[in-house]
Amino acid sequence: MFKLRRFLDNYKKEVIIGPLCKLFEAILELLVPLVMANIIDVGINELHDAGYVLKMGGLMVLLAAAGLTSALFCQYFASKASQGAGTAIRSALFRHINSLSYAELDKLGTPSLITRITNDTNQVQQNIAMMIRLLTRAPFIVIGSLVMAMTINLPLSLIFFAAALLIGLTLWFVMTKSVPIYAAMQKTLDKIGLLSRENLAGSRVIRAFSKQKSEKERIDNATEEFEKIALRVSRLSALLSPVTYAVTNIAIIAIVWFGAVNVNAGNMHTGDIVALVSYMTQILLAMIVVANLVILMTKGSASAKRINEVLETAPSISETETNDISIIENNRTPKIAFQHVHFNYGDGDDELTDIDFTIQKGMTVGIIGGTGCGKSTLINLIPRFYDVTEGAVFVDGINVKQYGFERLRKQMGMVPQQSVLFSGTIRQNMRWQKHDATDEEIVRALKIAQAYKFVEKLPDGLDSRVEQGGRNFSGGQRQRLCIARALVGSPDLLILDDSFSALDFATDAALRRALAENTQDMTVIIVTQRCSTIKNADLILVMSDGQLVGKGKHDELFESCEVYRDICLSQLSDTEVRR
Amino acid sequence: MKNPSVKKLLERVKPHKGLLALALLTAVVSISLTLLIPVLIGAAIDNIIARGEVYFEAVAQILLYIAVAIGGVAVCQWLMNYFVNVISYRIVRDLRRDIFRKFNTVPLSYTDTHAHGDLISRVINDVDAIGDGLTQVCLQLFSGVVTIVGTLIFMLAIDWRIALAVFILTPLSLFLAAFIGRLTHRTFTEQQVLQGEISSYVEEHVGNQRIVKAFSYEKRAYEGFEEYNQRLLKVGFRAQFAGALANPSTRFVNALVYAAVAVFGAITVLSGGLTIGGLSTFLTYANQYTKPFNEVTGVLTQLQTGLAAAERVFQTLEAKDETPDADTVKPDASCKGNVKFEDVSFSYLPEKPLIQHFSLDVPSGCHVAIVGPTGCGKTTLINLLMRFYEVNDGRILLDGIDIRDLGRDALRRCYGMVLQESWLFRGTIMENLRYGNGNATDDEVIAAAKAAHAHSFIRRMPQGYDTVVSEGGGNLSQGQKQLLCIARAMLTNPSVLILDEATSSIDTLTEIRVQKAFAKMMKGRTSFVVAHRLSTIRESDVILVMKDGNIIEQGSHEELLKKGGFYTNLYNAQFAGQE
Repeated sequence: MFKLRRFLDNYKKEVIIGPLCKLFEAILELLVPLVMANIIDVGINELHDAGYVLKMGGLMVLLAAAGLTSALFCQYFASKASQGAGTAIRSALFRHINSLSYAELDKLGTPSLITRITNDTNQVQQNIAMMIRLLTRAPFIVIGSLVMAMTINLPLSLIFFAAALLIGLTLWFVMTKSVPIYAAMQKTLDKIGLLSRENLAGSRVIRAFSKQKSEKERIDNATEEFEKIALRVSRLSALLSPVTYAVTNIAIIAIVWFGAVNVNAGNMHTGDIVALVSYMTQILLAMIVVANLVILMTKGSASAKRINEVLETAPSISETETNDISIIENNRTPKIAFQHVHFNYGDGDDELTDIDFTIQKGMTVGIIGGTGCGKSTLINLIPRFYDVTEGAVFVDGINVKQYGFERLRKQMGMVPQQSVLFSGTIRQNMRWQKHDATDEEIVRALKIAQAYKFVEKLPDGLDSRVEQGGRNFSGGQRQRLCIARALVGSPDLLILDDSFSALDFATDAALRRALAENTQDMTVIIVTQRCSTIKNADLILVMSDGQLVGKGKHDELFESCEVYRDICLSQLSDTEVRR
Repeated sequence: MKNPSVKKLLERVKPHKGLLALALLTAVVSISLTLLIPVLIGAAIDNIIARGEVYFEAVAQILLYIAVAIGGVAVCQWLMNYFVNVISYRIVRDLRRDIFRKFNTVPLSYTDTHAHGDLISRVINDVDAIGDGLTQVCLQLFSGVVTIVGTLIFMLAIDWRIALAVFILTPLSLFLAAFIGRLTHRTFTEQQVLQGEISSYVEEHVGNQRIVKAFSYEKRAYEGFEEYNQRLLKVGFRAQFAGALANPSTRFVNALVYAAVAVFGAITVLSGGLTIGGLSTFLTYANQYTKPFNEVTGVLTQLQTGLAAAERVFQTLEAKDETPDADTVKPDASCKGNVKFEDVSFSYLPEKPLIQHFSLDVPSGCHVAIVGPTGCGKTTLINLLMRFYEVNDGRILLDGIDIRDLGRDALRRCYGMVLQESWLFRGTIMENLRYGNGNATDDEVIAAAKAAHAHSFIRRMPQGYDTVVSEGGGNLSQGQKQLLCIARAMLTNPSVLILDEATSSIDTLTEIRVQKAFAKMMKGRTSFVVAHRLSTIRESDVILVMKDGNIIEQGSHEELLKKGGFYTNLYNAQFAGQE
């Protein structure tokens, strides 16, 4: 919890003034009994004057009004500081999540991150507001009462200290016991989030396999678990107020008894006992508030821990920006060079072994190979989504590790395997690469990607809604929109990772023709399963089991590379290959 | 408050009547004892008069009673807390289960058109808010009602006129609170809606980090997030502050009532209608009486958040279900796989007709391939076949039975389906493969994996078949995921096989081998294959060429090529771009 303190830095004023307002209100409240005493002692007993009584009544109204004002100020500051801090935490979380690399994101999981940004932050936010509103009043009353008790009778005030100690111990016990349970509770919440996400994404498959029942069981178990944990923790936290109540009242019994002894011995008056008892009651009331606060805080600190866990996760790939890299414009510098690159995901065998090739500017390069042979892995090394294990990757003659992420990635247009669009309009989706792209630029990209025909037909054209993920478009349409998205802004390097898979051959061919016509200076890398797609490429890289087993043009490879020949012949007849 | 959600929530509390009664009972016991203890303490003090005048026996006797009462209060308080928690957590559990069940019973159009992040937020955050609200309301309500009734009795006994005044005036504060509540209700609703939107945004942008990184979109993704975040700050602050207004306001009203009682009471004393002691006791009770009103408004924020959340939750819970299964006809145990479309018409949107008057007869054992440009209705055909969507007109027959007369489960059990979007859940590979057939032995699973050519890469994974697939299958390539989905479908041993672009990301060599395995398995069974790679469907019995929702050509590969129509163009297109 305290680690999140820095998010309150901008709200120092609120954090200080808020509780002060509350304190002021508490003091005003304590004055009311004194006014009442005046009404009785002076108004009734001494003066028998209804006018005085009325005057005092007016004073009470004034006190109430002043109390209201300061309470409102306190609420204002509490709302401002807590909502502000919550917003700052959400910002920090989101920004930090953006800086993490795939490995960490896979480990944390999206549903858990959603819960942390929303639910956990809400808990912390509520906590801050509660603390501002309640935390000053209770200690003020407790300490005040203790001091008063000590002035009345020092030995008897020892009972107060004993009671305070006992209550403190109870608080500590309940807190330490319940924090881990709350943490477990939030974890189950993650699980419920994960299950929801899976069920929503997999609704077709679940229905196709008629698995609704077993999915129901999975969620039933998770919700059952949540209920059990929640009840376990509530059994514990429900202890707080009864124990506090019992301890203070037992202390009252002790005060009355030892007070009786003292009175009997003539050491104190009966009135002192009454005063001590009433102070003890004050403490009780304050402590019950504290107890409720503690319950909230334990829940909040479990959430705070989860937030910190994210904030403290360090990205495994970090920018080492050397801003002053100057790319020497030289036609002989290859656009991309892999030098003896090895790669593995940390454990297990090499995914890529000794990859070595160069790609000149303006080339169209095809990468082909079996499922799981490392094509996509190889592609992911160019924008530095992963770092090579051995060797080096160069873009424009400079090691990718020396670029800032944005400098490196901005020049590339990537079309990933999974065609995902984002909710918004088509125009918004087309502006991912270049945020101020004109409609002309967008239309040009759509035309090259063979997407303009269907976009044009949509009633709202570029302003047509795109639902989350692009679900309102067919697989092929989505794929073409993703290609267009990468083309907007004419990147130097276009990387197509198996991006034609949902296209029929006619569209595929038309698209490639349009690409060839419009992108003379663009270096294009096409990962594909279809050999017809890359037959005319300037360079074909053939991958097998993480190794580069062939590089060259179609005709050479068809003669010399067995893997390549097998792939071609599996798709086309002998005559088709030679057409 | 006339809020429909309140009624619906009460419906949900109803089944827990027994617990509710117990909670109320414990509340009555603990609060009456709490009210009694001050009286007992007073009585004890009355026995302590002065030096030498202390009746220890009587004091001891009373203190013993107090001790017993304390025990009673503590136990009952704990029980009440616990019962209330049980009620609210059970309701939370049931709400989550019900929404979840809903996810699997609503028509697919619901999950297709709602943002998943928002739905997840309903399961997690909104239900949580309801739980918090319920607990607070129950706790405050019970002790509140009992305290009010108890103190009212005591006050009536002292002076019925003033008591009546207090009784009537104090609820004024509740009206004020209710008024504030109504004014701010919209803000709270807005807050929950924004929470849902933030969830959606995070789900999209964190879930698709690959694309965000590829486009160096981090900064803009963050800006987009900040927009929501700042809006939430504004709305959240408004909601919190407005909600927090209620408590100081009610306390102010109650302070006024207190002052009025003091003045009025004092004047009554002056006219001799009341003793001073009577007035002071009266004021003590008046104080106690107003406390529950203050406390209820103190949790108004939680209450309102809970209500706004309840609205969203019930909205989902009340979404229309799929038309229930007629289930009048029991399908043959061995489905033969005769599929017949009779004059079928369908469209997703009434104003955009898609499939019109479509008829097709597929005898058992026939291998059907469907080709055509993207967006022509191929996947829609599959959606109808599986009853993911229902036909608007005409009917589909399976073995002569209208599929609407078959239960969905029975129908889908006849099918094995592999979709282009390969969905896996978080679990081991073994669990994922067994998804459609929980009874499969390890050997059967491995055999299926071998047939699907997934065995070799599974074996190479860190824990083999026990490797956990991360949500969405992030640690696998698209092609590998498809192979797993194929193995999963093979294990169910279906009568009709449906492949919708199921092999689009698999290399052609593997694809041919997988297809051989399919062919062996599907001998004599019906299959529907949607594919773009024409090489993969050459062997089909019938190829349907679709365009704009209609079949425009139909026949075997050779026949269609001879025809020289649309199919021929499609086929030749693969070699285009070479001229």
